[in-house]
Amino acid sequence: MPFEYRSDIAHADVAFDAWAPTLEELFREAARATMEVMVENLAQVRPAQTLELKLEQENEEMLLFDFLNELIFYKDARRLILLPADIEISPSDNGLTVRATLSGEEITPTRHEMRTDVKAVTMLRYKVEQVPQGWRATVVLDV
Amino acid sequence: MNVPAALKRISETIWELPASYKEGMLVPARIIASEKLINEMDAGVFEQVSNVATLPGIQRYAYCMPDGHWGYGFPIGGVAAMDPGSGVISPGGIGFDINCGMRLVLTNLTAEQVQPKLHQLVDRLFARVPTGVGCHGFIKMKGDDFRSVVQQGSRWCLKNGFATQEDLDMTEEGGCFPGANASDISQKAVERGYNQLGTLGSGNHYCEIQVVQPHNIMDPELAGAFGLTTVPNQVVIMFHCGSRGFGHQVATDYLKLFLSVMERKYGIKIVDRELACAPFHSPEGQAYFSAMKCAVNMAFANRQVILHRIREVFSDLFHASPDELGMRMVYDVAHNTAKLERHLVNGSRKELLVHRKGSTRAFGPGLPGLPECYQKTGQPVIIGGSMETGSYLLAGMSTGGDAWYTTAHGSGRTMSRHEAKKNFRGDKLQRDMEQRGIYVRTDSFGGLAEEAGAAYKNIDEVVEATELAGLSKRVARLVPIGNIKG
Repeated sequence: MPFEYRSDIAHADVAFDAWAPTLEELFREAARATMEVMVENLAQVRPAQTLELKLEQENEEMLLFDFLNELIFYKDARRLILLPADIEISPSDNGLTVRATLSGEEITPTRHEMRTDVKAVTMLRYKVEQVPQGWRATVVLDV
Repeated sequence: MNVPAALKRISETIWELPASYKEGMLVPARIIASEKLINEMDAGVFEQVSNVATLPGIQRYAYCMPDGHWGYGFPIGGVAAMDPGSGVISPGGIGFDINCGMRLVLTNLTAEQVQPKLHQLVDRLFARVPTGVGCHGFIKMKGDDFRSVVQQGSRWCLKNGFATQEDLDMTEEGGCFPGANASDISQKAVERGYNQLGTLGSGNHYCEIQVVQPHNIMDPELAGAFGLTTVPNQVVIMFHCGSRGFGHQVATDYLKLFLSVMERKYGIKIVDRELACAPFHSPEGQAYFSAMKCAVNMAFANRQVILHRIREVFSDLFHASPDELGMRMVYDVAHNTAKLERHLVNGSRKELLVHRKGSTRAFGPGLPGLPECYQKTGQPVIIGGSMETGSYLLAGMSTGGDAWYTTAHGSGRTMSRHEAKKNFRGDKLQRDMEQRGIYVRTDSFGGLAEEAGAAYKNIDEVVEATELAGLSKRVARLVPIGNIKG
């Protein structure tokens, strides 16, 4: 299982661990774990719209933090449920850059089973680390 | 049981972790709870309230209220007052949902009058008050209009026909924190928020139709002063929501800014990154204080616009004006804020920056800042219980000074959302609740299951603990009959 929700470190909020062989895959899994808190049937979200995203940060941890917050931003600002279709992370002058094509569609209550709003990514126990099998992240979302 | 061995019992409902409990604690940490509630506290409360005690400038004690539970940075239920001269401001002491709060509104209708139309009432509220993930509001505005909203709060609503002067008088700080400057908020925050004015949101946000049954009135005199006893089985409306995506973005923006300057520029080391902070009088601290006020004002305006909608629905359904239906506000209280207030410290009045996160200001009688009509009673305090069990109206007490006149804010969770979803099914819960006389409409059965009453502490025990600790007095218990939930 590439991500798992945790009940032991947050009650009112939602915590998850995600892990993947590459950093790009970790970003995908963390995005899915975040969006699944809000949409029960994520598989029903159609790739009707795409959006290009480029973010730069000093390290992996802050890059994932910004990346997940960007998905949360579009949910409120444009009512879009987005997931990365393509994603590439490369070193840059100031650290790391992620370039992603996000795809998804506007929230449609008749087809999307909505759950609970994610308000923010918190810094509580937040960690992105390299492990022997690849990468691992622990994230607590404020809901 | 998670209670640390170092925890000392000070009185029946006050428990203390001494400053020697953890390296860096500047003051002891105090938890308000009965013996049963303290034994049920999750480990996060002890860890986080003692972390709060390490923050620069903290005065007297770091507090946690009896509904306390695991938060981020501060525990939910956390309270800390800082010396503004030497202390810090921390978004972790306020929360992402800035000025999440409660509003209680009276009617002169009885449960007997409302029952035959209850389904219609709840269905219409559900149709007219936008709820759920990413919901947008019914007021179309541009970014510039929204900047006026966040600077003026409920005053913007008054100018635009969504409020009465009495509504503003019955709102903490008159529905507007002065000193909110829209130049301190990001374009992103504006984009996230300007479509969301007048929306409830999801999670634990709701609007509830409740009944004041005569046997649930604990203090008839105070209940009368708060307008609760005009008719037997009086129907009241309680709702809970905050500053929506706007406030969440303000908090995220400044959490990142504080993390980047805290140690590098100000040499402050903290034990948990969620306690990121900056000196109150630094440029960053002042910018956040102003941006936070913008979010506070957005939340006041949000609840005011929702009240306007609720009045419309009642008016249409019961063929009478809101005035004729007696739809007056009891009060509006804020949960997640930091405010400059004057309190007694070592015998003299001092200005302090009071952080309240998942806790409620509960001014006792005679304190400045209360409207004239509540000068003798103390401040009405609105405590939202779980949707299955009931809620409370309390009054601030003159003995609450030690905890900076603060009390609990709700029941407090005991079960994680994930666990609740495994244990309960939303559709079944909805049917069961209807059999018990509570008609619920929701956007999300999954979300409904997460809010099951059994996922929360016992509200009766929580409010009793606040009364025994001298923080807030029970006035009445309010029983739900209808609920709309995001």
